[in-house]
Amino acid sequence: MAAEAPTMRRTPLYEKHAELGAKMVPFAGYEMPIQYEGIVAEHRAVRGQAGLFDLSHMGEFFLKGRGAGATLDRLVSSDIAGLAVGQARYGLLTNERGTIVDDVIVYRISEVEYMVVVNAANIAKDRAHVLARLAEDVAFDDRSYGTALVAIQGPRAVEILASQSDADVQALASFGVTQARVAGARATVARTGYTGEDGFEIFVTSADAAKVWDALLAAGRAAGVKPIGLGARDTLRLEARFSLYGNDIDETIDPIEAGLAWTCKLDKDFTGRDVIAAKKAEGPKRKLAGLVVQGGVARHGHEVTQNGDVVGHVTSGTYGPTVEKNIALAYVPTPLSKLGTVLAVRIRGKDVPATVVKTPFYRRPE
Amino acid sequence: MSNVPDDLKYSKEHEWVRADGDVVTIGITQFAQEQLGDVVFVELPEKGATVRQFSSLGVVESVKAASDIYAPISGEVVERNVKVIEKPELVNSAPYGDGWMIRVRLADKAELAQLLSPDDYRSHIGETAGAGGD
Repeated sequence: MAAEAPTMRRTPLYEKHAELGAKMVPFAGYEMPIQYEGIVAEHRAVRGQAGLFDLSHMGEFFLKGRGAGATLDRLVSSDIAGLAVGQARYGLLTNERGTIVDDVIVYRISEVEYMVVVNAANIAKDRAHVLARLAEDVAFDDRSYGTALVAIQGPRAVEILASQSDADVQALASFGVTQARVAGARATVARTGYTGEDGFEIFVTSADAAKVWDALLAAGRAAGVKPIGLGARDTLRLEARFSLYGNDIDETIDPIEAGLAWTCKLDKDFTGRDVIAAKKAEGPKRKLAGLVVQGGVARHGHEVTQNGDVVGHVTSGTYGPTVEKNIALAYVPTPLSKLGTVLAVRIRGKDVPATVVKTPFYRRPE
Repeated sequence: MSNVPDDLKYSKEHEWVRADGDVVTIGITQFAQEQLGDVVFVELPEKGATVRQFSSLGVVESVKAASDIYAPISGEVVERNVKVIEKPELVNSAPYGDGWMIRVRLADKAELAQLLSPDDYRSHIGETAGAGGD
């Protein structure tokens, strides 16, 4: 397999990013656009109009067979057995220790076929994890490198996509998934995303990626659609308090302390369930809390202090362009995670005041 | 091409100096703000503080990352730009104007000779931009 090749991979949209003047950075083994026009402008475009994302680095596993649903129901923390055809659900791949291997979305494509979208940095690890636990009547196919993913997100996304698709995307429910044509290309279209806005994720073969990208960019021009890099993707997801694997969650973290108990269906059997149920019963020692920092931007790895003592650490932090505050997520002892608690973040040796606030930091208007 | 005004002196760390008698004004260059992206926070020394040539005097934070600002010359801070602390985006919109950082009373005029001329700075960022593979 070429998965561990030392050279940087490029998505099928690499030339498009170059034409659009993107600044490229290495990310999960890919050369990815971090920004085009600028993070703040791109962030605001998604909140106000629409933004187009190349997420082709993400991994796509396909599981097919009569036992596919049951296998995934054991592998993933959430209720996969309860998914109807055409529905998707967020959940966690967990291990026997009850910690988080990855966070994924499972899409039920047909009676017997499911797609699992995994984080790019975890493709090889997740593949091994799933293959080791696969039932004999399930066929596994890792199509990560042949599949492109274009996301369109924002309040105008639905009308832009509708103009380029033969499917009734207006009628597609949140977390719904359907087969459709987009710009003439065969696509799997899902009403999912990672921005806190309404929007869609469009899976196509790599060969069709440029066609779909160009069509949506052109069709959305009047509505103000912009290409969006990973920089704004991060500020958007953090305002909406979506976890970032490798920052907020990893194999040292359990779902309860991460605030992801809602993704764990504890009345079914899944990997690590007993450990997670026990943690929930005894209550987590630490919790992932939302912070607003007054004076300075908290970053991943910064210490959280109280009266000069280190009590926790920041897992994600940025300036939130919509909330116009410096926001962060940090693991702190449970008693200190109460709303309104005043802590501090140690930024360049100085303890800067930070208040525990309710999350998400941003919720889109109804 | 980045804007490099002819009436300023420059440091390799992308600060500029406007000499005006004993007191000089310091800011970061157009090139620097382009590299940083959207500036969202600026930390500057208080009036009366002392800065040392080529040592950190403060920090600019963009959405992406924090970067030190290095003092291009030594001296005492006589003023800091309160406006840029309140509106950090001025660093992006007017790096040579309202986005200035501090004014410093020169401790040693000879230090100015160690800074780059506009032409030297242009070739310096030419190299930097080339190496960055833009």
